[in-house]
Amino acid sequence: MYSPRFHSISENDRQKLTLLVDGVSVEAREGDTLLTALMRHDGWVRTHEFDAGSRAGFCAMGACQDCWVTLADGQRLRACTTPVRSGMAIVRKPAINV
Amino acid sequence: MRAAETLLRAGLSAALIDEAPLAGGQIYRQPPESLRRPARQLYGSEARKALALHESFSRLRTSIDYRPETLVWGAREKRLLLSGPAGNTELAFDKVILATGAMDRIVPVPGWTLPGVYSLGGAQVVLKGQACLIGKRPVFIGTGPLLYLVAYQYCKAGAEPAAIVDTSDFTAQIGALPRLLSQPATLLRGIWYNAALVARRVPVFRSAKPQKIEIRGRQLVVTFKRNGKSFEIGGDAVGMGWGLKPETQLAEILGCAFSFHAGSRWHLPRCDAMGRSSTEHVYIAGDASGIRGADAAEAAGELAAFAVLEDLGHTVPQTRRQRLLAHLARAERFRSGLERAFPYQVPELAGDTVLCRCENVTVEEVRAAISSWQISELNQLKALTRCGMGRCQGRLCGSAAMEVLAAETGVEISDVGSIRGQIPLKPLIGARFQRKAAP
Amino acid sequence: MQCDVCIIGGGLVGCSTALHLVRAGKSVVLVERDRIGAHASGANFGGVRRHGRNVLELPLSTRAFDIWRNMGTLVGNDCEFMPTGHLKIARSEAEMAVLEQWSSFGAEHGIPVVLHDRTSLRANFPWLNTSSFGASFCPGDGHANPRLAAPAFALRAGAEGAVVIQGDGATTVEDARDEFEVTLHSRRRIRAAVLVNAAGAWGRHFARYYGDEAPVEAVAPQMFVSEPVPYIIDAVLGMVTGGLYLRQIPRGNVIFGGGRGILDPNCHRSSPSDRVFAETVGLAGDLVPSLRDIAVIRSWTGVEGHCEDGLPILGPSPRRANLYHAFGFSGHGFQMAPAVGAVLSELIARGFSETDISALSPRRFTGAKSSILAESEI
Repeated sequence: MYSPRFHSISENDRQKLTLLVDGVSVEAREGDTLLTALMRHDGWVRTHEFDAGSRAGFCAMGACQDCWVTLADGQRLRACTTPVRSGMAIVRKPAINV
Repeated sequence: MRAAETLLRAGLSAALIDEAPLAGGQIYRQPPESLRRPARQLYGSEARKALALHESFSRLRTSIDYRPETLVWGAREKRLLLSGPAGNTELAFDKVILATGAMDRIVPVPGWTLPGVYSLGGAQVVLKGQACLIGKRPVFIGTGPLLYLVAYQYCKAGAEPAAIVDTSDFTAQIGALPRLLSQPATLLRGIWYNAALVARRVPVFRSAKPQKIEIRGRQLVVTFKRNGKSFEIGGDAVGMGWGLKPETQLAEILGCAFSFHAGSRWHLPRCDAMGRSSTEHVYIAGDASGIRGADAAEAAGELAAFAVLEDLGHTVPQTRRQRLLAHLARAERFRSGLERAFPYQVPELAGDTVLCRCENVTVEEVRAAISSWQISELNQLKALTRCGMGRCQGRLCGSAAMEVLAAETGVEISDVGSIRGQIPLKPLIGARFQRKAAP
Repeated sequence: MQCDVCIIGGGLVGCSTALHLVRAGKSVVLVERDRIGAHASGANFGGVRRHGRNVLELPLSTRAFDIWRNMGTLVGNDCEFMPTGHLKIARSEAEMAVLEQWSSFGAEHGIPVVLHDRTSLRANFPWLNTSSFGASFCPGDGHANPRLAAPAFALRAGAEGAVVIQGDGATTVEDARDEFEVTLHSRRRIRAAVLVNAAGAWGRHFARYYGDEAPVEAVAPQMFVSEPVPYIIDAVLGMVTGGLYLRQIPRGNVIFGGGRGILDPNCHRSSPSDRVFAETVGLAGDLVPSLRDIAVIRSWTGVEGHCEDGLPILGPSPRRANLYHAFGFSGHGFQMAPAVGAVLSELIARGFSETDISALSPRRFTGAKSSILAESEI
């Protein structure tokens, strides 16, 4: 199973936000990207179409395109360049054990 | 930014288009408002330069047509196609300066697609832009100055890197010293990072040959060989990169001519010293036309603006122009030194290595296709194997795919071609083109 | 170099002709200026349909249908052919009438189609928009991967004895006694008793050496591909009006086309147009609403020959014996090309073919204006 990754080095007084990840309430902070929020939650971002494993981005700068996620309303977003907003609902397929 | 500043000062009207929400590029990246930290903490020894750049940008911001969070997804003659907060728009221009920068060059290793494995640039972005570490005990693999710089920055931010696994050897680094002395300050900074890493007892393995990355429990374990012996290093994240490669797709769409650059084993847009490309109205500055680093990029930006001004019949300050040219020449010499110190060599890749992470194409599949289809050119390889055909359009696999193709066919690396850039330069959501509302 | 047949053009038509001819015992040299399948053959939509074609093409198209079903046996690669069926959409009653009329043509050629009204369209193809008036569905038609087809034929032909020359195009064609002498860019010369002009968008140029005129112009149809998404679109889509055609592969990518890109002034290369990009991506989202949410990752074009009457120039030259033309397929040659090779090989090796291609003959432009209807869809 994947485990939370990304360690914050400045837990300042940033405002807390809540998003839904696969139906679960997840806390993030103002200024986090979706990538950061997902990594800090449970360490993976998406299942891959052609690979049994899950992915969690790679370049974190909008080049590799390996962190696109789907919102509950069908909207597609690139996690590493999208700031979290309160109430965002992300739907991933179940994580694959490796 | 330096280009924009110079153009504005000369009285021209300019637009600055940036994919990022805040100005600064990758090196002097600004975190979101809520994550502001002291510049010293964000940019280390480069804090003064970062502050100077951000300050001069805030001065010009009101006088420039600034469009953050905007992707240039294509271009046609003298129009750029933009996609940003204002929707899809076009921007007509007389002259365009491309400062599209660079991204990590990657040598794929089995397991490099696992969650927790990031590019070195990515590790740095996460730190600067998100005040996060990719891990507390990351393993850094690859070669080049960024390998040591990122490790150093991670140490300073409280991480304890598990190891640095450098695929180049030390003798190459010594041999390159004469060229590296062309920029003594930069060289010193490099030596300082190394010393700091030694002081923190971060193990450094040189001449290493990475074999694989695996997940074991909560750990990511890197296996590599060195002098015939196998080593395993466990950590909680991996950062990897083999130097940088320019982002040149937009230059390609704008019709710029390219030539193969032997030192970096990559095709670069052909430019004169001032940044004039082969296309009359296109100028290229910074890493986008060859990796010379942040200081050189500032000089190149100003020079490209000078070139624009000259071509429009303005006079430019000659002393300043000469000084910048000399600066760039030194940077060029330093670059060739770096290419010697940290040569980009692609080792014999294991067959089960995922080469194209978008389409999940392995080295083995690519080799089999090369032989059964008698492939000799990279776009043919892409067409027949889907390697480089995915969302990133070969940005990540292109350079390794070139190497695999050259090694497999015996064709010179300069002659196997490069993956053609196509519009949209990055994925674009269909709804952006919808004329009527959904029924 | 001496051979029985020299083929100019390494598109799917040329490659298929090469394979069929070596199997008929002929010695063959195929010359391609760029790479095998580099232009329209590799860059087209990949539609494999009989549905909605001009009736004059149906004998050839029907024969091709049988070849496609056995592609794996023929060339050792199924070219990812998927017989999903082809759905042609009508947006109005008038368009529906066109489909109804075609269904009787189809029946005459043994191609049954199923007509759907609005209600049955929704029941059977729930991923479609709700504004379509009706449609006609042709089972057995489908789609394939155009990037594989021409190379697969060329590879097979090469393995069976054809000489396949790439990156060295024909520059001139001359008579040398009763043979043809083709000079390549490299100045190599090829002597052949028979010449096949399969030069696609550039076929007109070679036809002119012998005074054969054909109103074929170069155009560059534009294609698109989306990121991979769950496979739901289980039929190839077309529209009565043309304008958009769309398919999804089981990997998940949605491939669609519509409009024309920009040709270089010398008609040698082409590139996508951003205006067409906006229009066609918009249309695709209108037709299959779920496409609005997903990302388009690439657009491309390929240069092809479009004939004034929308039909190919196919058959023996009216003026020069032993010269055969097979070009100007006007955006719908991919499906027919495997059969074109079979028919030409019969004509060359045996002197006759049971497949009637007389309506496609180059002869139609030598005399009186033909009254053939242009076809709207690619």
